[in-house]
Amino acid sequence: MKEAQIELTHVKKYFEITKGIIKQKKTYVKAVDDVTMTINKGEIVGLVGESGSGKTTLARVILNLTKPTGGTVIFDHVDLSKATKQEKKEFHTKVSVVFQDPASNLNPRETVQSSIMRPLVIHGVPKAEAREKAKETLDMVKMDQRYLNSYPHQLSGGQLQRIAIARALAMNPKIMILDEPTSALDVSVQAQILNLLLDLQEKFNLTYLVITHDLNVIRYISDKIAVMYLGRLVEFGPTEEVTQNPKHPYTQGLMAAAPILDPHLRGRKEYIMKGEPGSLVNLPEGCHFHPRCPFATDRCKTTAPGGYLLSDEHKVACHLCEQEAVGIDREVFPDSTK
Amino acid sequence: MNEELLRIDNLSVDYKVRDGFLSAVKNASFEIRKKEIFAIVGESGCGKSTIAHSILRLLPEHNEIIKGQIMFKGKDLNQATEKELEAVRGKQIGMIFQNPLDSLNPVYTTGKQVEEGILIDKIPREEAWNRVIEMYKDVKMPDAERRAKSYPHELSGGMRQRVMIAMMLARDPNLLIADEPTTALDVTIEAQILRLIKQLRDEYGTAVMLITHNFGLVAEIADYVAVMYAGMIVETGTVYDIFDHPMHPYSSLLMKALPRMTKKEGRLTTIDGSVPRLTSDKPGCRFANRCPFAKERCFNEDPDIRKISETHNVRCFLEKGVDVR
Amino acid sequence: MNESPFREFWKSCYKNGNFMVGSIMILSVIFIAIFANQIAPYSYTDIHESDILTAPCAQYIFGTDDMGRDLFSRIVFGTRITLEVAIIGAGLQLIVGVLVGLLCGYYGGAADRALTFVADLTWCIPGMIMALAVVTIIGSGLIKAIIAISIVAWAAYARMVRAKTMSIKNMAFIETGRSFGESDWSLMFRYILPNIVPILIVTVSMQLPGTILSTTTLSFLGVGSQPPSPDWGLMVAEGINFVEQGPWMAIFPGLALVYVVLGFNIMGEGLRDLLDPRMKSQ
Repeated sequence: MKEAQIELTHVKKYFEITKGIIKQKKTYVKAVDDVTMTINKGEIVGLVGESGSGKTTLARVILNLTKPTGGTVIFDHVDLSKATKQEKKEFHTKVSVVFQDPASNLNPRETVQSSIMRPLVIHGVPKAEAREKAKETLDMVKMDQRYLNSYPHQLSGGQLQRIAIARALAMNPKIMILDEPTSALDVSVQAQILNLLLDLQEKFNLTYLVITHDLNVIRYISDKIAVMYLGRLVEFGPTEEVTQNPKHPYTQGLMAAAPILDPHLRGRKEYIMKGEPGSLVNLPEGCHFHPRCPFATDRCKTTAPGGYLLSDEHKVACHLCEQEAVGIDREVFPDSTK
Repeated sequence: MNEELLRIDNLSVDYKVRDGFLSAVKNASFEIRKKEIFAIVGESGCGKSTIAHSILRLLPEHNEIIKGQIMFKGKDLNQATEKELEAVRGKQIGMIFQNPLDSLNPVYTTGKQVEEGILIDKIPREEAWNRVIEMYKDVKMPDAERRAKSYPHELSGGMRQRVMIAMMLARDPNLLIADEPTTALDVTIEAQILRLIKQLRDEYGTAVMLITHNFGLVAEIADYVAVMYAGMIVETGTVYDIFDHPMHPYSSLLMKALPRMTKKEGRLTTIDGSVPRLTSDKPGCRFANRCPFAKERCFNEDPDIRKISETHNVRCFLEKGVDVR
Repeated sequence: MNESPFREFWKSCYKNGNFMVGSIMILSVIFIAIFANQIAPYSYTDIHESDILTAPCAQYIFGTDDMGRDLFSRIVFGTRITLEVAIIGAGLQLIVGVLVGLLCGYYGGAADRALTFVADLTWCIPGMIMALAVVTIIGSGLIKAIIAISIVAWAAYARMVRAKTMSIKNMAFIETGRSFGESDWSLMFRYILPNIVPILIVTVSMQLPGTILSTTTLSFLGVGSQPPSPDWGLMVAEGINFVEQGPWMAIFPGLALVYVVLGFNIMGEGLRDLLDPRMKSQ
């Protein structure tokens, strides 16, 4: 049995906005709406979705950068909302993050060395030891030590991303959250970074949550894929199943829209999704996807679908899959009779 | 079908910089035929946009030196006067960019801006507005009549790009230059825009010059491809030539760097090293310092273009090419 | 390759004419202030009763005033007062403005709205009138005049710092810092502040002339420095009464003021070009 690294249960993150000038009306932007998923140790989970699907907000909730409106985040069997100060401090050392933009990932006013050392220093590692560790991690990401005293603006995008990864590694984390780690990079550099990430993951048995809109990257790197649409998790399952046999109509549309990278596969896309992603402000009733869904029924317009289990690891939130389902996610629907 | 529309001959673009010249494009040659989708693909800074912009003399810096011929419908645009070029811009060659919001005026409705282009041809206002609606329908704008009255900020990124395409097509150009047209869009919207570009090519017969770093787009819609590296076109050919039998080491390696598989099937190929500084006077293949097959000659002589087949050209000394696959 | 931004910055300084000219002007003032005792032929209070209102000559190169004091010596000692105004004024405004701007920009919320309102308010009231009002409350004198001017001027810093803080705090390196456990304090002072410093330097050099001129104006109006202080504003005020008999009495301190203000302005222009990110990329 795989051991869970992060368990998300009914995680919600709503932002309050006020509309209107005279008659103020409070509404909520449901950036993350009831997400339940488990990321196991040593797994690479890819999180995909269009812009505004809430994937970055979910990452911020997992990173404890923002408090969830509801639900629980359990990390290594510790509920973050109930964690003690010591546990929270420890949490900071176990989770690290690399963001998309290489240029803004590092403090422009700090040298590479002091950027990498910084997390260690805050957590009480002596300076000399931290300095050694900085050199060590730079080796891990295959960068020359002469860059230790460089400033960010003197480095290329690929180099900056390596340094961001080095800093993320410095604390010997258990899980790394990678928010679009290669989106700003060129193909050849992207390949270097992806390979590096895979090597590091194997070497240290790390857990990754990779957020990206690039489906080819996700297919290459991840063991499992989670698909989000307007704040909700619509499908979650092993990479092969999700890419080759997507069940949710949205996933199907997304997979069909993925760039093919092989001209011989032209014309294979019978189905291109219509319309634009909806807005989080005026969410439709029922299934959020029904206005764009070619298979939507009346039921979809009123009731949000639950998490149907197609196998132990493959979960879909679509009424169409009810017949196929072998069960229902008990964690999501404890009262369900099926 | 095989009629030539644009032929670029030995195009070189040098930028004047503080300590000499920077050769952004060196001896680029290719041709685009009518109704063809021609993609120039390469990594950032390889000079692909410079080529596109120098065709219409739209380079922003005004410190560039353009050498070579840009033959468009039998006329050399590089020799043309500013006035002659104005007649070509928009009317015969249209251009769309990565970020359509920059190209649209925020204080006018999008429909008005499309109409502007139509009105240049002295068409009555009412008829012009009908053309606008027609164009909006042609670019598959949902709810065309209402959207024509929308301001740019009221539209999504995908819709704005549709407006840009409508604006360009309204003047029925022979060539549409699309500079990273979908880079800022979500994949699902990107797929819609690509399908649209392809459909419009079929209906209007507009040739398209697609500038992109994304090999996915190339595989998706291009007929012909030019691969650029560090200011040089290293290989040209049909999309199948390039994807199935890349002959230049750079294209071959790049094909292997594309994430087309899963990690279980193996690791991606990487290209070590970095792009050299592009000084114009230095001879030699610009890829030599990163090329695993480089010989001494590659560092000292400029490779010539070699014809592999009727459609396939490569700029490399290697006789048989390298198929690292 | 491994040059610090600081060294790089100094290299480009040499190439910037405005910055060089401006800083030479300011450095010359600082030099005069330090070595005032050596440079000035007399003390600024020495009264030469036989040489009242003497026109500029070999002995008194800027002439003497109505009490027979050497104007050149007074102007030389006046540089100390001007620099005092510059340093104390800029210091006060910086401390308050940066603190308020950082806290408001970083935390936002009700305190931010309140302080922004106060800052906006100080912009609605003509600065001089407000400074005069403050001086009438707290009393006159040079230090009090500086405080009055600073109460008016801090808002410019606060605004700038607040706006910059708000844009920087959303950048990835702040989020990353927070993710590995940086405290708010450290994020503000270790991460955000150093990134504001360049623009802060520019703001200081652009604001200083205003501070100097305003303080001088207060002295001119009699609520700043008190006689016999060699404050240039005060000297101009005294000279105004003798414009016909000894125009040099007002002209020379005026010129000195112009020189200092111009120096700061030119240096500020140069600094702005130097620190402009668009220039830096090349």
